[in-house]
Amino acid sequence: MAGKPRLTYFNGRGRMEPVRWLLAAAGVEFEEKFLESREQYEKLIKGGDLMFQQVPLVEIDGMKLVQTRAILSYIAGKYNLYGKDLKERALIDMYVEGITDLMQMILVFPFSPPEAKEKNLESIKERATNRYFPVFEKVLKQHGQDFLVGNKFSWADVQLIEAILAVEEQIPAVLSAFPQLQAFKIRMSNMPTIKKFLQPGSPRKPPPDEHYIETVVNILKI
Amino acid sequence: MSGKPKLHYFNGRGRMEPIRWLLAAAGVEFEECYLETKDDLIKLQKGGSLLFQQVPMVEIDGMKMVQTRAISNYIAAKYNLYGKDLKERALIDMYVEGMLDLNELLITHPFQPADKKEQHFATLVDKATNRYFPAFEKVLKDHGQDFLVGNRFSKADVQLLEAILMAEEYKPDILAKFPLLQSFKARISNIPTIKKFLQPGSQRKPQIEEKDVQKVLKIFY
Repeated sequence: MAGKPRLTYFNGRGRMEPVRWLLAAAGVEFEEKFLESREQYEKLIKGGDLMFQQVPLVEIDGMKLVQTRAILSYIAGKYNLYGKDLKERALIDMYVEGITDLMQMILVFPFSPPEAKEKNLESIKERATNRYFPVFEKVLKQHGQDFLVGNKFSWADVQLIEAILAVEEQIPAVLSAFPQLQAFKIRMSNMPTIKKFLQPGSPRKPPPDEHYIETVVNILKI
Repeated sequence: MSGKPKLHYFNGRGRMEPIRWLLAAAGVEFEECYLETKDDLIKLQKGGSLLFQQVPMVEIDGMKMVQTRAISNYIAAKYNLYGKDLKERALIDMYVEGMLDLNELLITHPFQPADKKEQHFATLVDKATNRYFPAFEKVLKDHGQDFLVGNRFSKADVQLLEAILMAEEYKPDILAKFPLLQSFKARISNIPTIKKFLQPGSQRKPQIEEKDVQKVLKIFY
Protein backbone atom coordinates (compact mmCIF):
# COMPACT_ATOMS: atom_id res chain seq x y z
CA MET A 1 0.00 0.00 0.00
CA ALA A 2 1.61 3.17 -1.26
CA GLY A 3 -0.07 5.80 0.87
CA LYS A 4 -0.46 7.95 -2.22
CA PRO A 5 -3.96 8.83 -3.38
CA ARG A 6 -5.15 6.48 -6.10
CA LEU A 7 -7.36 7.74 -8.91
CA THR A 8 -9.61 5.41 -10.91
CA TYR A 9 -10.98 6.76 -14.19
CA PHE A 10 -10.62 6.58 -17.94
CA ASN A 11 -7.25 7.52 -19.40
CA GLY A 12 -8.30 11.04 -20.24
CA ARG A 13 -9.51 14.31 -18.74
CA GLY A 14 -13.24 14.06 -18.20
CA ARG A 15 -14.41 14.64 -14.66
CA MET A 16 -11.13 13.56 -13.10
CA GLU A 17 -8.94 16.27 -14.59
CA PRO A 18 -9.76 18.93 -11.96
CA VAL A 19 -8.68 16.39 -9.32
CA ARG A 20 -5.36 15.82 -11.09
CA TRP A 21 -4.84 19.58 -11.30
CA LEU A 22 -5.60 20.15 -7.61
CA LEU A 23 -3.39 17.33 -6.35
CA ALA A 24 -0.59 18.49 -8.64
CA ALA A 25 -0.99 22.11 -7.56
CA ALA A 26 -0.76 20.97 -3.93
CA GLY A 27 2.44 19.07 -4.78
CA VAL A 28 0.86 15.69 -3.99
CA GLU A 29 1.99 12.63 -5.93
CA PHE A 30 -0.72 10.18 -6.92
CA GLU A 31 -1.27 6.88 -8.70
CA GLU A 32 -3.78 6.18 -11.43
CA LYS A 33 -5.75 3.12 -12.47
CA PHE A 34 -7.25 3.43 -15.95
CA LEU A 35 -10.54 1.87 -17.01
CA GLU A 36 -10.19 0.41 -20.47
CA SER A 37 -13.10 -1.98 -20.88
CA ARG A 38 -16.72 -2.52 -19.94
CA GLU A 39 -15.76 -5.74 -18.13
CA GLN A 40 -13.31 -3.88 -15.96
CA TYR A 41 -15.95 -1.29 -15.12
CA GLU A 42 -18.55 -3.91 -14.25
CA LYS A 43 -16.06 -5.67 -12.03
CA LEU A 44 -15.38 -2.42 -10.23
CA ILE A 45 -19.10 -1.87 -9.71
CA LYS A 46 -19.61 -5.44 -8.44
CA GLY A 47 -16.73 -4.97 -6.03
CA GLY A 48 -18.78 -2.36 -4.19
CA ASP A 49 -16.24 0.45 -4.17
CA LEU A 50 -18.38 2.88 -6.14
CA MET A 51 -21.05 4.29 -3.87
CA PHE A 52 -23.25 5.34 -6.77
CA GLN A 53 -21.73 3.00 -9.39
CA GLN A 54 -19.88 5.89 -10.94
CA VAL A 55 -16.35 7.14 -11.42
CA PRO A 56 -14.35 9.29 -10.59
CA LEU A 57 -13.17 7.28 -7.61
CA VAL A 58 -10.31 8.50 -5.41
CA GLU A 59 -8.89 6.33 -2.67
CA ILE A 60 -7.36 8.68 -0.16
CA ASP A 61 -6.68 8.52 3.58
CA GLY A 62 -8.58 5.25 3.97
CA MET A 63 -11.68 6.55 2.17
CA LYS A 64 -13.10 5.51 -1.18
CA LEU A 65 -14.42 8.89 -2.28
CA VAL A 66 -16.73 9.39 -5.24
CA GLN A 67 -18.42 12.55 -6.54
CA THR A 68 -15.97 15.05 -7.96
CA ARG A 69 -16.93 17.95 -5.71
CA ALA A 70 -16.62 15.85 -2.55
CA ILE A 71 -13.17 14.73 -3.66
CA LEU A 72 -12.03 18.24 -4.57
CA SER A 73 -13.37 19.81 -1.36
CA TYR A 74 -11.53 17.23 0.71
CA ILE A 75 -8.24 17.80 -1.09
CA ALA A 76 -8.64 21.58 -0.90
CA GLY A 77 -9.39 21.41 2.83
CA LYS A 78 -6.54 19.03 3.55
CA TYR A 79 -3.89 21.01 1.68
CA ASN A 80 -4.95 24.50 2.81
CA LEU A 81 -6.31 25.61 -0.52
CA TYR A 82 -9.75 26.47 0.86
CA GLY A 83 -9.35 29.92 2.38
CA LYS A 84 -8.86 30.91 6.00
CA ASP A 85 -12.48 31.13 7.17
CA LEU A 86 -16.10 30.50 6.23
CA LYS A 87 -16.47 33.68 4.19
CA GLU A 88 -13.36 32.99 2.11
CA ARG A 89 -14.62 29.47 1.61
CA ALA A 90 -17.93 30.88 0.42
CA LEU A 91 -16.14 33.00 -2.21
CA ILE A 92 -14.01 30.08 -3.32
CA ASP A 93 -17.10 27.87 -3.58
CA MET A 94 -18.99 30.48 -5.61
CA TYR A 95 -16.11 30.98 -8.03
CA VAL A 96 -15.42 27.26 -8.39
CA GLU A 97 -19.09 26.50 -9.02
CA GLY A 98 -19.29 29.13 -11.75
CA ILE A 99 -16.14 27.83 -13.41
CA THR A 100 -17.46 24.27 -13.11
CA ASP A 101 -20.58 25.29 -15.05
CA LEU A 102 -18.31 26.54 -17.86
CA MET A 103 -16.16 23.40 -17.66
CA GLN A 104 -19.28 21.27 -17.94
CA MET A 105 -19.81 22.72 -21.42
CA ILE A 106 -16.21 21.84 -22.34
CA LEU A 107 -16.66 18.35 -20.88
CA VAL A 108 -19.65 17.42 -22.99
CA PHE A 109 -18.53 19.22 -26.15
CA PRO A 110 -16.52 16.30 -27.67
CA PHE A 111 -19.59 14.09 -27.29
CA SER A 112 -21.91 16.40 -29.23
CA PRO A 113 -23.21 15.10 -32.56
CA PRO A 114 -21.32 16.61 -35.53
CA GLU A 115 -24.24 18.81 -36.57
CA ALA A 116 -24.37 20.45 -33.12
CA LYS A 117 -20.65 21.07 -32.72
CA GLU A 118 -20.50 24.53 -34.24
CA LYS A 119 -23.43 25.78 -32.20
CA ASN A 120 -22.01 24.32 -28.99
CA LEU A 121 -18.64 25.92 -29.60
CA GLU A 122 -20.39 29.28 -30.10
CA SER A 123 -22.17 28.77 -26.77
CA ILE A 124 -18.89 28.06 -25.00
CA LYS A 125 -17.36 31.19 -26.50
CA GLU A 126 -20.40 33.27 -25.57
CA ARG A 127 -20.53 32.06 -21.98
CA ALA A 128 -16.79 32.33 -21.45
CA THR A 129 -16.53 35.86 -22.81
CA ASN A 130 -19.84 37.29 -21.57
CA ARG A 131 -20.60 35.50 -18.35
CA TYR A 132 -17.61 33.86 -16.67
CA PHE A 133 -14.34 35.52 -17.67
CA PRO A 134 -15.65 39.06 -17.06
CA VAL A 135 -16.42 38.10 -13.46
CA PHE A 136 -12.88 36.99 -12.71
CA GLU A 137 -11.36 39.87 -14.67
CA LYS A 138 -13.34 42.18 -12.41
CA VAL A 139 -12.40 40.32 -9.20
CA LEU A 140 -8.70 40.62 -10.02
CA LYS A 141 -9.01 44.24 -11.12
CA GLN A 142 -10.91 45.29 -7.99
CA HIS A 143 -8.51 43.92 -5.41
CA GLY A 144 -5.34 44.08 -7.51
CA GLN A 145 -3.98 40.95 -5.83
CA ASP A 146 -2.27 37.97 -7.41
CA PHE A 147 -4.85 35.40 -6.34
CA LEU A 148 -8.62 35.33 -6.54
CA VAL A 149 -9.39 35.02 -2.81
CA GLY A 150 -7.71 36.27 0.35
CA ASN A 151 -4.41 37.17 -1.28
CA LYS A 152 -3.46 33.51 -1.14
CA PHE A 153 -3.27 30.62 -3.60
CA SER A 154 -6.45 28.53 -3.44
CA TRP A 155 -8.57 25.94 -5.22
CA ALA A 156 -10.29 28.80 -7.07
CA ASP A 157 -7.03 29.80 -8.77
CA VAL A 158 -6.32 26.22 -9.83
CA GLN A 159 -9.81 25.78 -11.24
CA LEU A 160 -9.58 29.07 -13.15
CA ILE A 161 -6.21 28.36 -14.78
CA GLU A 162 -7.46 24.92 -15.81
CA ALA A 163 -10.56 26.47 -17.37
CA ILE A 164 -8.62 29.20 -19.17
CA LEU A 165 -6.28 26.69 -20.78
CA ALA A 166 -9.14 24.33 -21.70
CA VAL A 167 -11.17 27.09 -23.36
CA GLU A 168 -8.09 28.44 -25.16
CA GLU A 169 -7.57 25.02 -26.73
CA GLN A 170 -10.93 25.50 -28.47
CA ILE A 171 -10.87 29.29 -28.85
CA PRO A 172 -7.27 30.53 -28.92
CA ALA A 173 -8.01 34.27 -28.70
CA VAL A 174 -10.58 33.97 -25.93
CA LEU A 175 -8.57 36.07 -23.45
CA SER A 176 -7.99 38.94 -25.86
CA ALA A 177 -10.30 41.32 -23.96
CA PHE A 178 -9.10 40.26 -20.51
CA PRO A 179 -5.67 41.66 -19.60
CA GLN A 180 -5.94 40.71 -15.92
CA LEU A 181 -6.68 37.10 -16.85
CA GLN A 182 -3.78 37.07 -19.29
CA ALA A 183 -1.43 38.14 -16.49
CA PHE A 184 -3.12 35.67 -14.10
CA LYS A 185 -2.55 32.87 -16.59
CA ILE A 186 1.17 33.62 -16.81
CA ARG A 187 1.50 34.00 -13.06
CA MET A 188 -0.25 30.70 -12.29
CA SER A 189 1.61 28.85 -15.03
CA ASN A 190 4.85 29.89 -13.40
CA MET A 191 4.06 28.59 -9.94
CA PRO A 192 6.47 25.69 -9.42
CA THR A 193 3.92 22.89 -8.90
CA ILE A 194 1.76 24.08 -11.77
CA LYS A 195 4.75 24.66 -14.04
CA LYS A 196 5.77 21.05 -13.40
CA PHE A 197 2.24 19.82 -14.18
CA LEU A 198 2.26 21.72 -17.47
CA GLN A 199 5.40 19.97 -18.67
CA PRO A 200 5.38 16.87 -20.87
CA GLY A 201 5.45 13.64 -18.92
CA SER A 202 3.23 14.92 -16.10
CA PRO A 203 -0.08 13.22 -15.17
CA ARG A 204 -1.94 15.96 -17.06
CA LYS A 205 -4.07 14.38 -19.77
CA PRO A 206 -4.25 15.56 -23.38
CA PRO A 207 -7.46 16.92 -24.93
CA PRO A 208 -10.02 14.20 -25.69
CA ASP A 209 -9.47 12.40 -28.99
CA GLU A 210 -11.49 9.84 -30.98
CA HIS A 211 -10.07 6.93 -29.02
CA TYR A 212 -10.98 8.50 -25.67
CA ILE A 213 -14.52 9.28 -26.79
CA GLU A 214 -14.98 5.75 -28.10
CA THR A 215 -13.69 4.25 -24.84
CA VAL A 216 -16.04 6.32 -22.70
CA VAL A 217 -19.05 5.65 -24.93
CA ASN A 218 -18.37 1.90 -24.82
CA ILE A 219 -17.73 1.66 -21.11
CA LEU A 220 -20.61 3.88 -19.99
CA LYS A 221 -22.90 2.64 -22.76
CA ILE A 222 -24.01 6.15 -23.72
CA MET B 1 -32.99 45.81 7.21
CA SER B 2 -33.96 42.75 9.12
CA GLY B 3 -30.71 40.83 9.27
CA LYS B 4 -32.49 37.69 8.15
CA PRO B 5 -31.21 35.90 5.05
CA LYS B 6 -33.15 36.98 1.95
CA LEU B 7 -33.79 34.47 -0.81
CA HIS B 8 -34.29 35.55 -4.44
CA TYR B 9 -36.00 32.98 -6.68
CA PHE B 10 -39.31 32.17 -8.26
CA ASN B 11 -42.15 31.08 -6.01
CA GLY B 12 -41.48 27.38 -6.28
CA ARG B 13 -39.01 24.67 -5.36
CA GLY B 14 -36.44 24.44 -8.15
CA ARG B 15 -32.86 24.92 -7.04
CA MET B 16 -33.74 27.01 -4.00
CA GLU B 17 -35.69 24.36 -2.13
CA PRO B 18 -32.65 22.60 -0.56
CA ILE B 19 -31.65 25.97 0.87
CA ARG B 20 -35.09 26.58 2.35
CA TRP B 21 -34.92 23.11 3.92
CA LEU B 22 -31.46 23.73 5.37
CA LEU B 23 -32.27 27.13 6.84
CA ALA B 24 -35.49 25.74 8.30
CA ALA B 25 -33.70 22.70 9.73
CA ALA B 26 -31.19 25.05 11.37
CA GLY B 27 -34.07 27.05 12.86
CA VAL B 28 -33.15 30.17 10.88
CA GLU B 29 -35.94 32.51 9.79
CA PHE B 30 -35.63 33.92 6.29
CA GLU B 31 -37.38 36.26 3.87
CA GLU B 32 -38.16 35.63 0.24
CA CYS B 33 -38.33 37.88 -2.81
CA TYR B 34 -40.08 36.18 -5.75
CA LEU B 35 -39.32 36.59 -9.43
CA GLU B 36 -42.60 36.62 -11.33
CA THR B 37 -41.53 37.75 -14.80
CA LYS B 38 -38.47 37.91 -17.00
CA ASP B 39 -38.27 41.62 -16.22
CA ASP B 40 -37.76 40.79 -12.55
CA LEU B 41 -34.77 38.66 -13.48
CA ILE B 42 -33.39 41.29 -15.84
CA LYS B 43 -33.70 43.92 -13.13
CA LEU B 44 -31.66 41.79 -10.74
CA GLN B 45 -29.07 41.08 -13.42
CA LYS B 46 -28.75 44.76 -14.39
CA GLY B 47 -28.44 45.72 -10.74
CA GLY B 48 -25.27 43.65 -10.50
CA SER B 49 -26.52 41.36 -7.72
CA LEU B 50 -26.06 38.12 -9.60
CA LEU B 51 -22.44 37.13 -10.00
CA PHE B 52 -23.14 34.83 -12.96
CA GLN B 53 -26.51 36.38 -13.96
CA GLN B 54 -28.35 33.50 -12.30
CA VAL B 55 -30.55 32.71 -9.35
CA PRO B 56 -30.71 31.26 -6.69
CA MET B 57 -29.27 34.26 -4.89
CA VAL B 58 -29.22 34.58 -1.12
CA GLU B 59 -28.34 37.75 0.73
CA ILE B 60 -26.68 36.59 3.93
CA ASP B 61 -24.11 38.11 6.31
CA GLY B 62 -23.36 40.99 3.97
CA MET B 63 -22.81 38.73 0.96
CA LYS B 64 -24.91 38.25 -2.15
CA MET B 65 -24.29 34.54 -2.56
CA VAL B 66 -25.07 32.60 -5.72
CA GLN B 67 -24.56 28.95 -6.71
CA THR B 68 -26.68 26.54 -4.73
CA ARG B 69 -23.82 24.43 -3.40
CA ALA B 70 -21.83 27.47 -2.24
CA ILE B 71 -24.87 28.80 -0.39
CA SER B 72 -25.70 25.43 1.10
CA ASN B 73 -22.10 24.82 2.24
CA TYR B 74 -21.95 28.21 3.95
CA ILE B 75 -25.21 27.69 5.82
CA ALA B 76 -24.29 24.15 6.83
CA ALA B 77 -20.92 25.22 8.22
CA LYS B 78 -22.30 28.29 9.97
CA TYR B 79 -24.99 26.29 11.76
CA ASN B 80 -22.84 23.24 12.56
CA LEU B 81 -24.55 20.86 10.16
CA TYR B 82 -21.35 19.94 8.33
CA GLY B 83 -19.68 17.31 10.49
CA LYS B 84 -16.89 17.69 13.01
CA ASP B 85 -13.84 17.38 10.72
CA LEU B 86 -12.63 17.08 7.13
CA LYS B 87 -13.40 13.38 6.85
CA GLU B 88 -16.97 13.76 8.08
CA ARG B 89 -17.37 16.66 5.67
CA ALA B 90 -16.12 14.44 2.86
CA LEU B 91 -18.77 11.82 3.67
CA ILE B 92 -21.48 14.47 3.91
CA ASP B 93 -20.36 15.96 0.59
CA MET B 94 -20.27 12.55 -1.10
CA TYR B 95 -23.76 11.66 0.12
CA VAL B 96 -25.23 15.06 -0.68
CA GLU B 97 -23.76 15.09 -4.19
CA GLY B 98 -25.46 11.76 -4.88
CA MET B 99 -28.71 13.16 -3.53
CA LEU B 100 -28.36 16.26 -5.69
CA ASP B 101 -28.00 14.06 -8.76
CA LEU B 102 -31.30 12.40 -7.81
CA ASN B 103 -32.76 15.80 -6.97
CA GLU B 104 -31.91 17.02 -10.47
CA LEU B 105 -34.14 14.28 -11.94
CA LEU B 106 -36.93 15.09 -9.50
CA ILE B 107 -36.99 18.86 -10.05
CA THR B 108 -36.65 18.71 -13.83
CA HIS B 109 -39.42 16.18 -14.34
CA PRO B 110 -42.32 18.70 -14.53
CA PHE B 111 -40.38 20.60 -17.22
CA GLN B 112 -39.90 17.62 -19.53
CA PRO B 113 -41.61 17.85 -22.92
CA ALA B 114 -44.72 15.65 -23.14
CA ASP B 115 -43.08 13.04 -25.38
CA LYS B 116 -40.17 12.56 -22.98
CA LYS B 117 -42.12 12.47 -19.71
CA GLU B 118 -42.78 8.75 -19.51
CA GLN B 119 -39.15 7.80 -20.16
CA HIS B 120 -37.96 10.43 -17.69
CA PHE B 121 -40.29 9.10 -15.03
CA ALA B 122 -38.99 5.58 -15.57
CA THR B 123 -35.40 6.82 -15.24
CA LEU B 124 -36.22 8.74 -12.08
CA VAL B 125 -37.81 5.70 -10.42
CA ASP B 126 -35.02 3.40 -11.59
CA LYS B 127 -32.25 5.63 -10.26
CA ALA B 128 -34.01 6.26 -6.95
CA THR B 129 -34.73 2.60 -6.26
CA ASN B 130 -31.62 0.99 -7.77
CA ARG B 131 -28.86 3.52 -7.26
CA TYR B 132 -29.51 6.12 -4.58
CA PHE B 133 -31.86 4.69 -1.97
CA PRO B 134 -29.95 1.40 -1.71
CA ALA B 135 -26.74 3.36 -1.06
CA PHE B 136 -28.26 5.22 1.89
CA GLU B 137 -30.13 2.16 3.21
CA LYS B 138 -26.71 0.49 3.37
CA VAL B 139 -25.08 3.43 5.16
CA LEU B 140 -27.74 3.31 7.87
CA LYS B 141 -27.57 -0.48 8.08
CA ASP B 142 -23.78 -0.57 8.37
CA HIS B 143 -23.51 1.79 11.35
CA GLY B 144 -26.97 1.37 12.87
CA GLN B 145 -27.05 5.01 13.94
CA ASP B 146 -29.87 7.54 13.73
CA PHE B 147 -28.08 9.95 11.41
CA LEU B 148 -26.11 9.43 8.23
CA VAL B 149 -22.77 10.82 9.39
CA GLY B 150 -20.96 10.98 12.72
CA ASN B 151 -23.96 10.02 14.82
CA ARG B 152 -25.11 13.59 14.58
CA PHE B 153 -27.72 15.57 12.63
CA SER B 154 -26.21 17.12 9.50
CA LYS B 155 -27.03 18.58 6.12
CA ALA B 156 -26.90 15.06 4.69
CA ASP B 157 -29.94 14.04 6.76
CA VAL B 158 -31.87 17.14 5.69
CA GLN B 159 -31.10 16.57 2.02
CA LEU B 160 -32.05 12.90 2.20
CA LEU B 161 -35.41 13.57 3.81
CA GLU B 162 -36.15 16.18 1.16
CA ALA B 163 -35.27 13.71 -1.62
CA ILE B 164 -37.36 10.94 -0.04
CA LEU B 165 -40.46 13.11 0.30
CA MET B 166 -40.15 14.41 -3.27
CA ALA B 167 -39.66 10.92 -4.66
CA GLU B 168 -42.70 9.72 -2.73
CA GLU B 169 -44.79 12.42 -4.38
CA TYR B 170 -44.01 10.72 -7.70
CA LYS B 171 -44.37 7.16 -6.41
CA PRO B 172 -45.91 6.80 -2.94
CA ASP B 173 -44.53 3.31 -2.32
CA ILE B 174 -41.01 4.12 -3.47
CA LEU B 175 -39.56 3.25 -0.04
CA ALA B 176 -41.24 -0.18 0.04
CA LYS B 177 -37.94 -2.07 -0.09
CA PHE B 178 -36.09 0.23 2.32
CA PRO B 179 -37.11 -0.31 5.94
CA LEU B 180 -34.28 1.75 7.40
CA LEU B 181 -35.11 4.68 5.15
CA GLN B 182 -38.72 4.42 6.29
CA SER B 183 -37.72 4.73 9.92
CA PHE B 184 -35.18 7.43 9.01
CA LYS B 185 -37.98 9.38 7.36
CA ALA B 186 -40.17 9.14 10.46
CA ARG B 187 -37.31 10.03 12.78
CA ILE B 188 -36.04 13.07 10.88
CA SER B 189 -39.59 14.33 10.22
CA ASN B 190 -40.06 14.50 13.97
CA ILE B 191 -37.12 16.77 14.66
CA PRO B 192 -38.82 19.96 15.91
CA THR B 193 -37.50 22.38 13.26
CA ILE B 194 -38.25 19.92 10.48
CA LYS B 195 -41.66 19.07 11.88
CA LYS B 196 -42.47 22.76 11.83
CA PHE B 197 -41.28 23.10 8.23
CA LEU B 198 -43.49 20.18 7.19
CA GLN B 199 -46.61 21.84 8.52
CA PRO B 200 -48.97 23.91 6.34
CA GLY B 201 -48.12 27.60 6.35
CA SER B 202 -44.37 27.07 6.38
CA GLN B 203 -42.10 28.35 3.61
CA ARG B 204 -41.82 24.89 2.10
CA LYS B 205 -42.99 25.09 -1.50
CA PRO B 206 -45.44 22.67 -3.13
CA GLN B 207 -44.64 20.74 -6.26
CA ILE B 208 -45.05 22.94 -9.32
CA GLU B 209 -48.36 22.64 -11.13
CA GLU B 210 -48.68 22.11 -14.88
CA LYS B 211 -50.19 25.56 -15.33
CA ASP B 212 -47.18 27.28 -13.75
CA VAL B 213 -44.51 25.45 -15.75
CA GLN B 214 -44.83 27.82 -18.72
CA LYS B 215 -44.71 30.87 -16.46
CA VAL B 216 -41.43 29.71 -14.94
CA LEU B 217 -39.93 28.82 -18.32
CA LYS B 218 -40.75 32.36 -19.52
CA ILE B 219 -38.71 33.89 -16.70
CA PHE B 220 -35.57 32.03 -17.69
CA TYR B 221 -35.84 31.46 -21.44
